[in-house]
Amino acid sequence: MERCYINGMGCISVQNTFEGNFLEHPIVYSDTNIIYAVKPNYKAFIPPAAIRRMSSGVKNSIVASALAIEQAQVNELDGIITGTGMGCIQDSEKFLEKMIDFNEEYLTPTSFIQSTHNTVSGQIALKLKCNAYNFTYVNTGGSFPSALLDGLMQIKNEGKNNILIGGIDEIADYTFKLYQTIGHIKKDNEESYHILESRSEGCVGGEGSTFFVLSNEKQDQTYAEVLDAHLVNKLKKEQLEGFINNFLQRNNMNISDVDAVVLGNNGDVNFDTYYDEAERLFKSNSDLLYYKHLFGEFMTAPSIAVWIASNVLKEGKAPSVLYKNNEKGSDSIKTVLIYNQYRGKDHSLTLLKNV
Amino acid sequence: MKEKVAITGMGIVSAIGMNAEENFLSLKDNKHGISKIAHIETTLKDKILVGEIKKSNQELESLLNLPSKNNFSRSSMLGAIAAKEAVQSAGISTDGNTSIGFINSTTVGGMDMIEKYYRDFLDQEELQHYIEVHDAGSNTDLIAEHLGIQGFVTTISTACSSAANAIMLGAKMIQSGRLDQVIVGGMDGLCKFTINGFNTLMILSDTYNQPFDDQRKGLNLGEGAAYLVLESEASYQKRNKKPLAYLKGYANANDAFHQTASSEQGDGAYLAMKSAFEVAGMKPEAIDYVNVHGTATPNNDLSEGRAMIKLFDQKVPDFSSTKPFTGHTLAAAASVEAVYSIFALRENLIFPSLNFQNKMEEFDLTPQQELKEKEISAVLSNSFGFGGNCSSLIFVK
Amino acid sequence: MEELKTELKEKIIEALNLEDMSVEDINDTDMLFEEGLGLDSIDALELIIILDKDYGIKLTDSKDGKKIFQSIETMAQYITEHRTK
Repeated sequence: MERCYINGMGCISVQNTFEGNFLEHPIVYSDTNIIYAVKPNYKAFIPPAAIRRMSSGVKNSIVASALAIEQAQVNELDGIITGTGMGCIQDSEKFLEKMIDFNEEYLTPTSFIQSTHNTVSGQIALKLKCNAYNFTYVNTGGSFPSALLDGLMQIKNEGKNNILIGGIDEIADYTFKLYQTIGHIKKDNEESYHILESRSEGCVGGEGSTFFVLSNEKQDQTYAEVLDAHLVNKLKKEQLEGFINNFLQRNNMNISDVDAVVLGNNGDVNFDTYYDEAERLFKSNSDLLYYKHLFGEFMTAPSIAVWIASNVLKEGKAPSVLYKNNEKGSDSIKTVLIYNQYRGKDHSLTLLKNV
Repeated sequence: MKEKVAITGMGIVSAIGMNAEENFLSLKDNKHGISKIAHIETTLKDKILVGEIKKSNQELESLLNLPSKNNFSRSSMLGAIAAKEAVQSAGISTDGNTSIGFINSTTVGGMDMIEKYYRDFLDQEELQHYIEVHDAGSNTDLIAEHLGIQGFVTTISTACSSAANAIMLGAKMIQSGRLDQVIVGGMDGLCKFTINGFNTLMILSDTYNQPFDDQRKGLNLGEGAAYLVLESEASYQKRNKKPLAYLKGYANANDAFHQTASSEQGDGAYLAMKSAFEVAGMKPEAIDYVNVHGTATPNNDLSEGRAMIKLFDQKVPDFSSTKPFTGHTLAAAASVEAVYSIFALRENLIFPSLNFQNKMEEFDLTPQQELKEKEISAVLSNSFGFGGNCSSLIFVK
Repeated sequence: MEELKTELKEKIIEALNLEDMSVEDINDTDMLFEEGLGLDSIDALELIIILDKDYGIKLTDSKDGKKIFQSIETMAQYITEHRTK
């Protein structure tokens, strides 16, 4: 069985993650519950003829994927696999609103075409003239973990050399307002921007596009090795310990072998209790890292967690801003486990190690 | 060549039947399900024909015994009905089952409810439970919950090839030893969003769709859901279950030509078919019947036809499109047609391509026009979608 | 006619999101598709809606657009002859 390495990454997020050093100057968002991605210079990456139809999520994804491919120095991909929770929701909104507000008259195709869930994977294929395998997963919090698992299987079991995977979600105004209405996102005037101390329901909503090149060959710039990934739709809190133990055991490890665990706390009192349970399991042995206080929550946020874990493994340590209360931790982190769930569902584990 | 994957159960709802048996009888008796729209309020009502399931949402709710306050979309109700039948026909229990997987696919997700209540959500609290099923995955989750599945669950959305890709992933999960049993397929209910979207592309026919006909005017949208239960050899042997058929080959390739249109020569289609044969370790001449994608759009049929001519080196086997029966059921199309492919293997029958009159001027291809009896041991099924997404599956006895 | 041509250029720039272009960049006889302005089949569908919405001209077959949308010149000509509003 082959090994699976992360040889290139590109991340567009609410932090400046596409240039500079790893989280050197984090932006602290302290007065809003919906946070938008920091925009790169799109025109440097996308020709004007193509850019005119693209929503921000598609543009971010084209840039992030180009960065990942450039870093990995690959000429040919054996697959393009994306995950997206809400898909191209800006164009869905656009088409829907025109259709409803103008009673189905004078509708044009562009936003309908762009609203398709596999727009990004298709666009990347088109741009690269890549005829290879092309998949898009749309399973809420399990969207990116599914893409990762697929990519991992292709490298490990199917003899593929290079697979591009990515997690994509974008903010759309009306839809996010609806999510605020039902308490999935904290209300505008609700002060709980510091999610690790949150006492309210809902999360701080964010967005991002994060891409990785998975490869079967280790190179100089390799960030980390992906050992395994797993997801299940439903889990009771009491089952979390068994879920994690089984997963580690099948990789010949146990809890004490994990140097750092990346947790998905998002400030939603209804569901952060899962992470409390994970914290209880790991706190005596492992460093506990968080990231959604910097990145916000969205369905494909686990892609950010992989980006963080990869950086941490490359550097051997994590910046203090990822620790609760800015504590300090180990400076020889060699194994990282990521645990994420979305509103109590789609529990996923990803295990990575240094190279 | 990989270990073949067994199919031990199947379930389907479409415009020609609410279960597998009804679908089979309609196919055999030339009974199509294309009609005017009855259950959706749209200004296009009198302009297009669709393959609609002749049941209202209320009727579907009662078929599933759903509580009066539920947030099932039309797609997820169709999905739940078909998935239940698949599970029953496989003879397995899903309630509380943590080892069975569920790989669903959809393009519509909860859009039908979102479009219905979009402007009312903010001030009508009693509608707000539908907001959380907007995204595709939440609809899969409703079905998983309905069936009691607690395990590996995911959803794929690659436009009109979605269900083929769900079937493909299921096979890989079994071949890699990650799962022993998995329910795979797709669902899509009709909704205004899709109807209007396809209408803006000017590829909807105002009459009955005519795949591979020179005068074809476009597609009829349809709705439906279909699922297969895939199983490893060890698993079905242990419980003495006789498989219905096997999935032997599969592949996905990208046309990388245009966002919605297929390339003139069908490069992606050709690649998908060719790779599926490689996975199966079979030669094209082993195929007895091709269930083509055959949407009856000018573009699809031309590029699919050319790809087949190239792949089969001019000797294209018997082929038909079953979309004149069901309409194009989008994400569900490949699983609907997988079920029909299994019927073909089981009954040694080729179902006709309805509405065909004249050969296309570009090539010499005539689809099978009447029900034909012949020994069938291998079927190729194609599904192609937006974003250049092309998938092919090979089923054998 | 000149007025209609300028109007068409403005509409095309807006409907097709040609952000970096202005009316002056489009000549009346420039090819709109392929080597000219580089528009594609999706844009053609957008133009069909402009004909319908603003000039009351309904095209039922997208292939008919090919001739009409050759250039601003041909578009303006066709609209002048067939407009119902």
